[in-house]
Amino acid sequence: MRSEDFELISGLLKQRSGLILPADKVYLLESRLTPIAHKRGLETLDDLVNEVRLKRKEDLLVEITEAMTTNESFFFRDNKPFDLFKDTVMPQLIESRANQKRIRIWCAAASTGQEPYSLAIILKEMAAKLVGWKVEIVGTDISQQVLDKAKEGMFSQFEVQRGLPIQLLIKYFNQVGDLWQISDDIKTMVTYKMFNLLEPFSSLGSFDVIFCRNVLIYFDQPTKTQVLEKMRKLIPDDGTLFLGAAETVLGITDQFKPVQGQRGLYSTSNATDDLIGKLKAV
Amino acid sequence: MKSCLVVDDSKIIRKVARRILEELNFDIQEAVDGQDALDNCKSAMPDVVLLDWNMPVMNGLDFLKALRKTEGGAEPVVVFCTTENDMSHISAAISAGADEYIMKPFDREIIESKFVQVGLL
Ligand SMILES: C[S@@+](CC[C@H](N)C(=O)[O-])C[C@H]1O[C@@H](n2cnc3c(N)ncnc32)[C@H](O)[C@@H]1O
Repeated sequence: MRSEDFELISGLLKQRSGLILPADKVYLLESRLTPIAHKRGLETLDDLVNEVRLKRKEDLLVEITEAMTTNESFFFRDNKPFDLFKDTVMPQLIESRANQKRIRIWCAAASTGQEPYSLAIILKEMAAKLVGWKVEIVGTDISQQVLDKAKEGMFSQFEVQRGLPIQLLIKYFNQVGDLWQISDDIKTMVTYKMFNLLEPFSSLGSFDVIFCRNVLIYFDQPTKTQVLEKMRKLIPDDGTLFLGAAETVLGITDQFKPVQGQRGLYSTSNATDDLIGKLKAV
Repeated sequence: MKSCLVVDDSKIIRKVARRILEELNFDIQEAVDGQDALDNCKSAMPDVVLLDWNMPVMNGLDFLKALRKTEGGAEPVVVFCTTENDMSHISAAISAGADEYIMKPFDREIIESKFVQVGLL
């Protein structure tokens, strides 16, 4: 691939999704975009790049952006954040939101649904404590393709064996041929919506907990800062944020701070000592 | 070091499982069917059993039921690892006292993820 072509496409990706594609990842462009070229009756990647350069048709740009996202996800990924959600964050919210009886959770890079469904399963397992409560899970992603898969809730044998305890498979999935579909009562707990983290957040409403895991790693530092600072505006001082294992707020924003000893969990910088104490317990 | 008994009538599967589990720091014993596995357990209870279902002499489910009735046989963590991948088999295995269930084909990641789940890693 010519360097000016690489720059055209990588510039486009940065602008549309925040993705930083280093020059040594040019093979990723080739392997993921060549099939798009062929599907459109173009012979080579060069032809596709020309098409982008000359016409800039929106549907093609969307397709290229989606194709370059990395959508890997597992149920209960890394375990610990989900244990923390269940054992510290939820009990704390049940106490502090006792009057409103309302909790809103946002999965900001929901991909194919494993993360929001893991949360929905946890909530279902603690349903006895949530009688009369309205708990909403909103899953968003830039890619419509992954959201369609999430909505269908259909997972391969391989996917249901990464992170999902067998007891939960038995309890919450139905076998459909070779695939496993999540049951309707879990599915209906999650609302999916296409949303680009580079856009303004005003349409989303406010949240008590945000899961923003394994997506900031693809962005440059200014973009990470912008996204996190926009998120801070959506949660109250006692709200919480979960990041992926390879992500942090350190050096990126001082509006959130890590909860000591609870890997992956962040409080706002205005959180009280009392709240932090509760998040550290367990 | 924890001990793991790999029970499968296929030599190839035992070899693959052994390689993965040795990398995860388990001490491996092998058994070729349920009866062989039961004899093994009676002489030395392993910490974990990785268990195939369809085997000659004694199948995995019958082994599991017999194991759980044996003295000390409630202790080992039992993880099925089988091509039987339908809900009725899975439920039967769990009711009989299996702790986890792997549907073949498996790879290192699946074994690792399941072993983490049952607290072995
Ligand atoms: C690796 S997945 C993470 C899935 C899940 N959160 C997890 O940790 O397992 C990253 C997801 O981020 C999405 N994504 C990338 N850029 C985005 C953006 N600008 N806005 C919204 N989602 C984006 C991708 O489409 C992809 O599905």
